[in-house]
Amino acid sequence: MAMIDVQPGRVRPAPENFLTDAQIAAVKDGRRDFLRKAFLTAAAAMAAPAVARAAVEGDAAILELPQWSTTLGLPVATNPYGMPSKYERGLQRRESPGLTRVGGSSVAFTPLQGLFGIITPSGLHFERHHQGWHDVDPAKHRLMINGLVRTQAVFTMDDLMRLPSVSRIHFIECGANTGMEWGNVAVPTVQYSHGMLSCSEFTGVPLKEILDMCGADYKKGRYVLAEGADGSSMTRTIPMELIESGEVLVAYGMNGEMLRPENGYPLRLVVPGVQGVSWVKWLRRIEVGDKPWATKDEAVHYMDLMPDGLHRQYTSIQECKSVITTPSGGQLLLDKGFYNISGMAWSGRGKVTRVDVSTDGGNNWRPARLETPVLSKAVTRFNIDWVWDGKPAILQSRAVDETGYVQPGYGQLRAVRGTKSIYHNNAIQSWKVVESGEVSNVQVL
Amino acid sequence: MSRFSRTLIALLVAGAATSAAAWERYPGIGREATPAEVQAWDIDVRPDFAGLPRGRGSVDDGLALWETHCASCHGVFGESNEVFTPLVGGTTQKDIETGRVEALVTGAFPQRTTLMKVATVSTLFDYIQRAMPWTAPKSLKPDEVYAILAYLLNLAELVPADFELSDANIHAVQASMPNRNGMSTDHAMWPGASQAKGGIGNGGMPDVSNVACMTDCKKDVVIASALPAYAQDAHGNLAEQNRAVGQTRGKPTGAPAEAAAQPAVGAAATLALAKAKGCMACHGVANKLIGPGYNEIAQKYQGQADAEGRLVARLKAGGQGVWGAVPMPPQAHLKDEELAQLVKWILEGAKAQ
Ligand code: HEC
Repeated sequence: MAMIDVQPGRVRPAPENFLTDAQIAAVKDGRRDFLRKAFLTAAAAMAAPAVARAAVEGDAAILELPQWSTTLGLPVATNPYGMPSKYERGLQRRESPGLTRVGGSSVAFTPLQGLFGIITPSGLHFERHHQGWHDVDPAKHRLMINGLVRTQAVFTMDDLMRLPSVSRIHFIECGANTGMEWGNVAVPTVQYSHGMLSCSEFTGVPLKEILDMCGADYKKGRYVLAEGADGSSMTRTIPMELIESGEVLVAYGMNGEMLRPENGYPLRLVVPGVQGVSWVKWLRRIEVGDKPWATKDEAVHYMDLMPDGLHRQYTSIQECKSVITTPSGGQLLLDKGFYNISGMAWSGRGKVTRVDVSTDGGNNWRPARLETPVLSKAVTRFNIDWVWDGKPAILQSRAVDETGYVQPGYGQLRAVRGTKSIYHNNAIQSWKVVESGEVSNVQVL
Repeated sequence: MSRFSRTLIALLVAGAATSAAAWERYPGIGREATPAEVQAWDIDVRPDFAGLPRGRGSVDDGLALWETHCASCHGVFGESNEVFTPLVGGTTQKDIETGRVEALVTGAFPQRTTLMKVATVSTLFDYIQRAMPWTAPKSLKPDEVYAILAYLLNLAELVPADFELSDANIHAVQASMPNRNGMSTDHAMWPGASQAKGGIGNGGMPDVSNVACMTDCKKDVVIASALPAYAQDAHGNLAEQNRAVGQTRGKPTGAPAEAAAQPAVGAAATLALAKAKGCMACHGVANKLIGPGYNEIAQKYQGQADAEGRLVARLKAGGQGVWGAVPMPPQAHLKDEELAQLVKWILEGAKAQ
């Protein structure tokens, strides 16, 4: 068992940081046997003792015990609030350069390319603010209920956290996610093309419970206005039907802890299936009314421009969508052979029932495995086996939800909505793989 | 909406018995809001003008207020594209007549300005009152909002220069909004009752459909678009945005990894400091964002012997008026030596290297 596998025609899977830039460049150039040659040359020349020894006896990572196997580690609570490994530094929320002009009204995208399963780590939850973010003092935060209710009321955080709570897993996606790609490919990676998507477990109180307490007039009051406590006092109209369903939550918890400040600490609205702008952060007020409000972010933005010049107003549901996150744009496959194609699927209308994957640009499809849990209005993780033969390929995924709706292609979407609508782009995403192993963002009609 | 509160008091009296039952379901939780509390927070204005405060303001007064509170970010004529998309432009006299903005179809105007899109004048009143100026939201009195809105409407040629906007005539302005007929709610994406049932939308019938074909679905696979060359490096080094182990690696793009990994020294270190401390959120190196560009500052203080000391003091204390009305907040989170380092760097031209 001493010899490392160096059989011809196959490159060893690279250990961490195994490749130098020059080697990656070589891989890109299509010289995929570069590593093997370099390895054998080094072994033959006996130039560097460590390499030489490894070549003869085995992997240095095994033969030479690392520092963590031979020394004492750090004590408990060195990091009282734990952080990811330093080797994970690359996976961060990032802005897309040139997308916005000021950081206070901007977006930081979630690095979907590095995530597993369905839950987004709270520190990587995407950010979208319209007027900056604040760390709101929870002792001074209030929720007011007014409008068409018998009792106009005020609740403190103490009040809200004493009420019976529920915990539910849901996705949140910005209505403008993938918006830069309506007309053509614009960004290199899935972080920037689909990263205004996160999925968390939220804990809070159904808004219906609170409106019941206040004696809401459900007959006349068919609309609710949600308002934030920040400078923008974000306001959005939400239909009473959704609240009556019990799905809309006044939430304070996210993934087992309180909401993060960037995500609305200490209180936000959770509106499953609906675009992120309606999940009002730093929620301070709920008003029950008999008509929609046409607030700035439903009368100037978050409207979909159609080819005939009309804007579709109050578009709220995020329709069924999916994307392959591994392999995805801006990545390199290091060798041919087996891969686990993995991705995310979600629908604002309920459960994902099926995801098909194509590796030939949509000519032939195979059903992927849906991993558990498969939840309504939550991200579902899918996986499918793939043996890459080293030839060009185009990877796509296509999701179907429980209403029978099938995620559309770019051609189908554009035929109806044109290319200028900014919002609600749920087209099938294509990743092109070339012989060098390089994966890039392309659009297939 | 204050309109509701009177009805509510009546309801409260009438429905006291039933309301008590619901309210008592969770004893000790919540309390009734006082009228003053509701008034303080309930500032929204609907398209039917429910919630509109009384008041008035002229285009002339609006101009003066605009120059003080708005022009620094939106330009004197609402035309600026520096901090946000232009507010005004792209609408014509014909649009005002038809209520449909033609440039939304023809693409004749490079941007989609606010006035090209918004159908309801109430939206502008509501938003300016709740959120503008951006750095001092909710600081304007109703009369000031009327005046500023009058000026904005005059810029868009909806009202004459001698106009005074008030709660009495704002309804009439609605009738000339250039895109007032430009909205449709005929779509599948409203999660409530449909238009047919008194709500919005078509009840959830999607406009786009696909079928889940499995084999031989396409004659030709045509790549319609790929990442343009200019965008290849626009998002930094992708190798550093991916995990260093696993199925894949990130592709090296943009600045080489070695250069980025080197500890920054000199000007580069100061630029990093400016980024870390949030200075770059409001100031560009060469251009004005919310505050002046660093080069503009350097130019202004050029050759002044005491410039360094004065600027350090200014950063520490904050200030307003030197570069316009947007206040510079005091930078108490910076150490003295950091302030000195930043000021020196600015005066020397705010170089990146
Ligand atoms: C410090 C910069 C700044 C100042 C000063 C400022 N604004 Fe703004 N304004 C912005 C930004 C940034 C936005 C976009 C906010 C968002 O993304 O929600 C905006 C948005 C707006 C909009 C909505 C435009 C749209 O299409 O969404 C209006 C109307 C507006 N401002 C009016 C005003 C008025 C009136 C004033 C003066 C009372 C003012 N602004 C002062 C920065 C500023």
